[in-house]
Amino acid sequence: MVGQDLGGIVADRVNTQSLLSGAEEPVVQFESVGMRYGLGPEVLSDVSFQIAPRSFQFLTGPSGAGKTTLLRLILLSVRPTRGLVSVFGEEVSDISSEALTGLRRRMGVVFQDFRLLDHLTTYENVALPLRVQGRSETSYRAEVVELLRWVGLGERMHVLPPLLSGGEKQRAAIARALIARPELLLADEPTGNVDPSLGRRLLRLFIELNRLGTSVLIATHDFALMDLVDARRFVLGDGRLTVEA
Amino acid sequence: MMDETDTPSAAPAHRPPPRTDDRPPVKPPAPPESRAAPLPPTLRRNAPLVPTDSAASRALAAVIAILTFLAALCAGAAEIVASSAVQWQDTVAQEATIQVRPSPGRDIDADVARAEGLAKATPGIAAVRVFSKAEAERLLEPWLGSGLDLSDLPVPRLVTLKLAETAPDLKPLRSSLSEALPGVASLDDHALWLRRLSTAANTFVGVGVGIVLLVLVATGLAVVFATRGAMAGNREVVEVLHFVGANDDFIARAFQRRFFGLGLRGGIIGSGAAIAAFALAGLVSRNWRSGPAGEEIEALFGTFHIGWRGYAAVLLIGVIASVVTGIVSRLTVRRFLA
Repeated sequence: MVGQDLGGIVADRVNTQSLLSGAEEPVVQFESVGMRYGLGPEVLSDVSFQIAPRSFQFLTGPSGAGKTTLLRLILLSVRPTRGLVSVFGEEVSDISSEALTGLRRRMGVVFQDFRLLDHLTTYENVALPLRVQGRSETSYRAEVVELLRWVGLGERMHVLPPLLSGGEKQRAAIARALIARPELLLADEPTGNVDPSLGRRLLRLFIELNRLGTSVLIATHDFALMDLVDARRFVLGDGRLTVEA
Repeated sequence: MMDETDTPSAAPAHRPPPRTDDRPPVKPPAPPESRAAPLPPTLRRNAPLVPTDSAASRALAAVIAILTFLAALCAGAAEIVASSAVQWQDTVAQEATIQVRPSPGRDIDADVARAEGLAKATPGIAAVRVFSKAEAERLLEPWLGSGLDLSDLPVPRLVTLKLAETAPDLKPLRSSLSEALPGVASLDDHALWLRRLSTAANTFVGVGVGIVLLVLVATGLAVVFATRGAMAGNREVVEVLHFVGANDDFIARAFQRRFFGLGLRGGIIGSGAAIAAFALAGLVSRNWRSGPAGEEIEALFGTFHIGWRGYAAVLLIGVIASVVTGIVSRLTVRRFLA
């Protein structure tokens, strides 16, 4: 598949390297990670993988296989029951709240349910990651407007999220994840609510971002989408993870 | 097939790709002033991160307003008592009284004249006034009624002394009185009465300050509950703020700003209402003053005028209530997030 043109996307242009080059630290490293909620069964067991800097990968598996849990572990919103999770070279088991904030500022995340704040306009939602860094509104206005126009929300920036369509919410959520130029982008079903054409366009946006140095992990069970890119696939099934090159 | 705009460029990964309209704007954009990117003039850009103007917010502002009003009333009342007590004390402390009791075999008029002479000879006494027998008897009228012949009663006689500005030492006068008129004349410098008055006034002021503190504590507790409610109601907002890289302090400040605003609104309404109440009470008491009841009330409480110190205290309570609201909400959020 490498080098093959898939519907306009040149497959070898994404960085599919799975081995670490030189002394570069992995962006994310899981070692024998197990995760259970309360006293329930293990959602993930013995999960080990690495995400190299500037790499691009999909995370797939049937619904309920633990994709979202795995993303939440990387996002540090839940802690593993066992095993080691390192993000940007930092082991997260007893991380301080300041360090946690620092790590999260280096990530962008697109949630399956968007998680836009309903009382803020689209513009304010997308600008949020810059605003929480304490930047003044005039310093990021042009950036936000440009990104909003690029994702096709230029005319909708003053609208509150409840008035946006599913696809518009999706694009606003993606724009919010990208605005701070993260080193790691996590996306949970980012093309689930958009038509195939826009889905491809958004995928291209992720690829573009990856080419500029961002590591990308996209959770999806859309095989048509995955087939467009020759990238590593993390496949979750029965709580275990296998890597398909 | 993908449309034309979906076709990626073949630029190598190490070089920034050429810009097209379809390319993501991941390069630093030009400064805003150089860009002709007109934004809708009505675009809201910096709305508060914590949603405002819910019913709970209005209820909290109302609670803070009521508590501030009550605290301000207490503070104003304490201020009225404190300033009236100072007035009474000043007046009473300016006077002393020599009481000359009739004694068998003695000429009371001579004793009174002797006491008057001794008082006049004492330095620091500005004026001496002898109450005549008729005046002394008139002082008994409220208790015994008028029209009685009191000539048979051994009515004590009074000599009032007006003291100079700097309170003189009355010990020499006291000792010379007991030497010259032993068992007959005694000097009352009102010290006991002053002590009691001062204790009563201090107790009242202390109770007032205590009530103000209690009301502020109640305000703080109301804010704790309201903040926890707001945190629970805005769990999603807090979570999203965390995910986009906000630290606990940023989130706490966002809540603090919102609650300080509510506290300020409540504080202004509460202390404004208290100031209006005192101004109204002052007007009403001025109208009453013409009647005998008004005079009695005024004698007891002084005027219903709290002065600049009172108004400043009322305003200060409003400000303290809003500051307490802001700080308590911030601490609550920090504890909640920790």
